[in-house]
Amino acid sequence: MSAVLKVENLKVHFPIKTGGFLNSTVVPLKAVDGVSFDVGAGECLGVVGESGCGKSTLGRAILQLIKPTDGRVLWLGENLCDLAPEAMRQKRSDLQLVFQDPLSSLNPRLSVAEIIREPLYAADPSISRGEADQRIDEIMSDVGLLPEMRNRYPHEFSGGQCQRIAIARAMVLKPKLIVCDEPVSALDVSIQAQVINLLRKLQREHGLSLIFISHDLSVVRHLCHRVMVLYLGRMMELADRDALFAKPLHPYTQALLSAVPIPDPALERAKEPLILSGDLPSPLHPPSGCVFRTRCPKASPKCIKEVPAVEVLSGGHQIACHHWQD
Amino acid sequence: MALFQSQSDAQLKLMDAAVRMRGRSLWQDALERFRRNTAAMGGVIVLCLIALMSMIGPLISPYTLEDLSWEAIGIAPTMTNSHWFGTDDTGRDLWVLTWMGARVSLTIGVMTTIVAMSIGVIYGATAGYAGGRTGNAMMRFVDVLYALPLLFFIIILVTVFGRNIYLVFLAIGCVEWLTMARIVRGQTLSVKRKDYIEAALASGVRTGTIIRRHVIPNVIGPVIVYVTLLVPTNILVESYLSFLGLGVQEPLTSWGVLISRGANSLETAPWLLLIPATFLAITMFCFNFIGDGLRDALDPKDR
Ligand SMILES: Nc1ncnc2c1ncn2[C@@H]1O[C@H](COP(=O)(O)OP(=O)(O)OP(=O)(O)O)[C@@H](O)[C@H]1O
Ligand SMILES: [Mg+2]
Repeated sequence: MSAVLKVENLKVHFPIKTGGFLNSTVVPLKAVDGVSFDVGAGECLGVVGESGCGKSTLGRAILQLIKPTDGRVLWLGENLCDLAPEAMRQKRSDLQLVFQDPLSSLNPRLSVAEIIREPLYAADPSISRGEADQRIDEIMSDVGLLPEMRNRYPHEFSGGQCQRIAIARAMVLKPKLIVCDEPVSALDVSIQAQVINLLRKLQREHGLSLIFISHDLSVVRHLCHRVMVLYLGRMMELADRDALFAKPLHPYTQALLSAVPIPDPALERAKEPLILSGDLPSPLHPPSGCVFRTRCPKASPKCIKEVPAVEVLSGGHQIACHHWQD
Repeated sequence: MALFQSQSDAQLKLMDAAVRMRGRSLWQDALERFRRNTAAMGGVIVLCLIALMSMIGPLISPYTLEDLSWEAIGIAPTMTNSHWFGTDDTGRDLWVLTWMGARVSLTIGVMTTIVAMSIGVIYGATAGYAGGRTGNAMMRFVDVLYALPLLFFIIILVTVFGRNIYLVFLAIGCVEWLTMARIVRGQTLSVKRKDYIEAALASGVRTGTIIRRHVIPNVIGPVIVYVTLLVPTNILVESYLSFLGLGVQEPLTSWGVLISRGANSLETAPWLLLIPATFLAITMFCFNFIGDGLRDALDPKDR
């Protein structure tokens, strides 16, 4: 599988003003701090982690909706961070985004057809009305919406249908990569399955690459080929789905997985839950060394001093931990 | 029960099919709610009547603005010789004066509001959308203009350029857009955080289009309400100016001019004050009812 997207040492730091009026200082909030990975053509990469660990920021930085502080985002070998705004605008039809809250991601004043037509016109202002309408009808039936609904407005749809509209808007330009930022967490469980299956179908039919952000591990397990675990803006572990779920190496991944219920009651009773102590530290003042050490059962003095380097094991399994072998 | 169920199901399907074809935008919903508001609809009707009369009223009367007659000075309202609203101290017919004044007052109210709205919406939406340092600088400029007293500003304009009705439009409009810009900026800041803006950016939609298609339609609700309150405010401002002798000039007249002159002869000819003042008050009420109705109709909490 050849990589379409390569992210190298990506950093997004938000300058945060602290202190009073006179002695204010600017502290960087390291929302994403030195993350590297790649995504293959037709691959689905899951990104998991607790709330506030920088998943959405990572997705937006890849699409250049937030300017990264440092690092490179290579799309088909070209660094998106260096592109001028107009050159980046041209690239946008390749890279799309689906949001968590379906209602807030659709302009309530526009009808479905107008919403889906907008990217078409942005990419090609000379497109004829008839062709645009035809593409809209096609994509609507592709995502499971009746084309007759084209003149309806978002508030006349259910959450699941709104998410389908958002997916149609993202898909209409035939992009090569879609970043899905928790696309199902606002939906009912039964609707979640439908939307997940839709994404899977579209991905297979169109050879789409997906970056699927979620904090629901069972969804990630169902959909993704590889999974990346983030903690406080840093990558902890990245591995093939089966390897990660069968044998998580990082203590944080182990803790995350132990919180997922197992469908087999016997196994579920037998497993000993690994509960993390303490709260997520503030990203403004992350712990020294390994950011996870304050909650890690294996933490040692070395973890306080040294930031663990990312080790690449066999099968492309990547891990950032001093003690994964213990 | 089962029968009832299936019947309502069938009904729902019918309704569903009908709606599916059309789709009802939020604007249509709001219009529907507005139509059901009796006070607001009453306001609209009365206002239309006043506007209509301002057009045809002077034509109905046998007199014109230029008819000064020595025999008819200070006549009280009467049906006998067609001076339905009486005459003033130079013998001009008050019916004609009132409707001619309505033309000027309503035009000033509407025109100044259009000026204020255009500048305010574009400026406020741009400042809000740009945000950061640019947006702040733009709003500080508004603050500076706020500190300038309206009257002072208009007196300067009038002394420099002379008295002129277009100048009055411009002067009032140029001052009233400040509040509009603030309202729009505040609304824009909240709309800007919506995901659909980011989705548009991610699709490569240009900034101008985003402001026009996504920002302005979603902030325009409070603006419309404010506009209906601004029209009567501006009519009043023109009245103050006329009262001070800075408004429209003879032979043009406005309600403000009529009221200020009527106030001088309150003891001898009270109708000269009461009639134009009543129409001014009715107009104010109408705009306020319409504003209330619009606010209720556009209120997103009802969605
Ligand atoms: N524009 C911003 N300015 C300052 N700080 C920000 C900004 N956007 C995000 N952050 C901070 O960056 C960190 C990561 O935020 P992000 O939204 O990426 O988290 P997340 O993993 O997506 O969380 P969630 O699961 O709740 O969506 C948070 O601490 C957040 O407060
Ligand atoms: Mg998020």
